[in-house]
Amino acid sequence: MTSVLYDAPGPRAKRRNVLYTAAFLVVLAALLWWVYSALSDKGQLDWALWKPFFSGSEAYTTYIWPGLQKTLEAAALAMVIALPLGAVLGIARLSDHAWVRVIAAVLVEFFRAIPVLVLMIFGLALFAQYTDVSSDDRPFYAVVTGLVLYNASVLAEIVRAGILSLPKGQSEAALAIGLRKGQLMRLVLLPQSVTVMLPAIVSQLVVIVKDTALGGAVLTFPELLASANTMSGYYGNFIASLTVVAVIYVLINFSLTSFAHWLEGRLRRGKKSTGAVLGAQDVAHIAGTAATGADPAGHPSGIGDINGTKK
Amino acid sequence: MFDFLGHYDVLGAFWTTVQLTLLSAVGSLVWGTLLAAMRVGPVPLMRGFATAYVNIVRNIPLTVIILFSSLGLNQTLGISLGAKGFDAINFRLAVLGLIVYTSAFVCEAIRAGINTVPVGQAEAARAIGLSFSQVLGLVVLPQAFRATVGPLTNVLIALTKNTTVAAAINVAEAALLMKKMIENEAQLMSISAVIAFGFVCLTLPTGLILGWVGKKVAVKR
Repeated sequence: MTSVLYDAPGPRAKRRNVLYTAAFLVVLAALLWWVYSALSDKGQLDWALWKPFFSGSEAYTTYIWPGLQKTLEAAALAMVIALPLGAVLGIARLSDHAWVRVIAAVLVEFFRAIPVLVLMIFGLALFAQYTDVSSDDRPFYAVVTGLVLYNASVLAEIVRAGILSLPKGQSEAALAIGLRKGQLMRLVLLPQSVTVMLPAIVSQLVVIVKDTALGGAVLTFPELLASANTMSGYYGNFIASLTVVAVIYVLINFSLTSFAHWLEGRLRRGKKSTGAVLGAQDVAHIAGTAATGADPAGHPSGIGDINGTKK
Repeated sequence: MFDFLGHYDVLGAFWTTVQLTLLSAVGSLVWGTLLAAMRVGPVPLMRGFATAYVNIVRNIPLTVIILFSSLGLNQTLGISLGAKGFDAINFRLAVLGLIVYTSAFVCEAIRAGINTVPVGQAEAARAIGLSFSQVLGLVVLPQAFRATVGPLTNVLIALTKNTTVAAAINVAEAALLMKKMIENEAQLMSISAVIAFGFVCLTLPTGLILGWVGKKVAVKR
């Protein structure tokens, strides 16, 4: 599509492009120069501030690695708990019984409407008041609880969209050969929709990893961001520390996004299942989180109504 | 049961949430549209810049961006965005952080919208001799924006919820108030119910109304 918007550049367009490039380069250079001078004015580019990350491993072993472990631990645990919960909720929303559908719908819509930070703060107080979880562990529990509640509802929508994307003939055929409703779901619909949903689930992992940082900033959960904050206090290099942490987040999430993208392309090419493949862009639609949006081009139209499922 | 409401400015906190949302929404719509135009444009350098921007920004947690704008920009570099006083500065920095983050998603939503415009539209526009900016401005974008209402609604809802991250730099919005109330009062359930109700009131109608508008204006193909 991109190249359809304009012709192959002729001599005039080429000149104009060079002009635009030059102008943009000037703006970009001015911006970079401004950032550079602002940083060096305050001595933020001194080698001493950046040295901990480039020589010796103290910064990594003492601060970054333990924090990163906590981040990944919380994200993985939240995903592992949220996945079956989301599957149950998603299937419940497709139930034949109205009351099951309504309860699942209310739960899903409610937890999707509320910020994950609010859920985490609620979880923290909940564990403090009603359980005897030690105060050291509470932030971890609270972060995982918040992430599970929110992401289970998002995953429920992914599961539902995945199942709905299968052609009607699949369930009709299964029922025609005498399978019961449970068998239909277990033997026919779920196995096919799991491959369909896989890319969307992987991209949801990016959202979870990013949201763990909230726990560090607000709930004193000692994950990557919080330990970077501690580290910057020790070395006195806030900007350097945060830059390094940002790079780590980008590396993790970019590889997850790329993996999801690759998976999506692979599933779409070697299409064994009959449904559409739910890509990252579709999750953004479902989640209202505008999560990770991979390349939205070339999506089959069978899932075009996902956007409507929110309402 | 709800008598704690008299001691706290719940409405004021939600008003701050709404202000954060609206200001960031306008800002990120402008910047995100510019990014999208760069991303589909004919100039390779701009395309590379916009692609890099989107890929980097949407992979960094918003919390990191907001903390950076407060502790990095303000306290280390002394940038205060022309505001005076602790609260005003943090509010503006939070808006800046939200704009930087959300515009990446706006860009992607608009690009997705541009992708829904059939190739023939752009080809026809070029065939009658329109330039790139005319193709984009007169033919493609007007149609793309109509297809973008749905995805942009989702970005707006996500933005509404994301404003709570400003609590990390002490902007007095709803999540921070909730934290404060829970620390001071022993009514966890009713406090949480009030805050949850507030957010449901903000996000559900947005989704319903704009979802309806989105269906109404979408180009039927």
